[in-house]
Amino acid sequence: MKLWLAVLIASASCAALKLAGFVVPARLLESAVARRILEALPVTLLSALISVSVFATGNHLMLDSRAAGLAVALILVAIRAPFLVVVVAACATAAGVHAL
Amino acid sequence: MSEPPADEHPLTDASRKAAERRIRNRALTIGISVTPFGLSFGAVSVEAHLSVVQVCLLSLVLFSGASQFALVSIIGAGGSYFSAVGTALLLGVRNGLYAARINALLRPSGWRRFVMAEVTIDESTAMALSEAPSGNAARAFWSTALSVYVLWNVSTVIGALVGNALGSPATTGLDVAGPAAFVALLAPRLTTLRMRMVALASGLIALVTVRSCPSARRSSSAG
Repeated sequence: MKLWLAVLIASASCAALKLAGFVVPARLLESAVARRILEALPVTLLSALISVSVFATGNHLMLDSRAAGLAVALILVAIRAPFLVVVVAACATAAGVHAL
Repeated sequence: MSEPPADEHPLTDASRKAAERRIRNRALTIGISVTPFGLSFGAVSVEAHLSVVQVCLLSLVLFSGASQFALVSIIGAGGSYFSAVGTALLLGVRNGLYAARINALLRPSGWRRFVMAEVTIDESTAMALSEAPSGNAARAFWSTALSVYVLWNVSTVIGALVGNALGSPATTGLDVAGPAAFVALLAPRLTTLRMRMVALASGLIALVTVRSCPSARRSSSAG
């Protein structure tokens, strides 16, 4: 019963969080400050997501096969390799280093 | 932000087709890259004594990989339901912030807002932003949302019913599929020094602060 409650509350409130961004009055999103913040937000969040999913396991920092994959991805992006090549090469590198 | 409307880009038929193909292929690649996490999530949830119905409900309604993993990992480890739900919520806050950005970019109205909100996650946001300069943000958002939503839910069910046949995402290197895709999608946004500094600082701050966060995530990245 408690488990059901946890599942339902988590589902409903996480869905509500997503909806919150869509019911913000338009005028609040149009000020110069809001625009600057909004423009930087996804860059901030995705950069944090990348670094945590590559360099951390739980709350420990870790340098492992994922870092090698990321390095390859960065190089390929810098030389403008196609999207699929970036993703596949990064995975192959990480898998290779992991297997060593 | 000065997102140009689509009609400022007079696209030829050929370049429009090329953009459509590019978006479709990327959306599919991203969808496929979340499936190992979906399988893993399904399997982990059943181990944590969730029923298959509960697991499916999480993927259908909560639909945010990091929050879902946090919830079931804490429950599975015997943590309190309160901290499980609280951690899932904290991780879900970023979707609300993405939503504000997507709202400003695509301005959906009426019922569309509700559907759009449900599928506003890392992947759909990153794809929409990367296609904003080409005027294809909406197509990129919906394609990615559909691809990830379907493949995430299908892989969750399979993981819950038959277990994680693929093994750990680390073995196949698929644990970097998400980060690699996000690097590729973010790169075109990092044209100014300000944005580069924002990205670099965010990555570093996240690493400094992650050490003092409660350990919740067994796996990362997806959605």
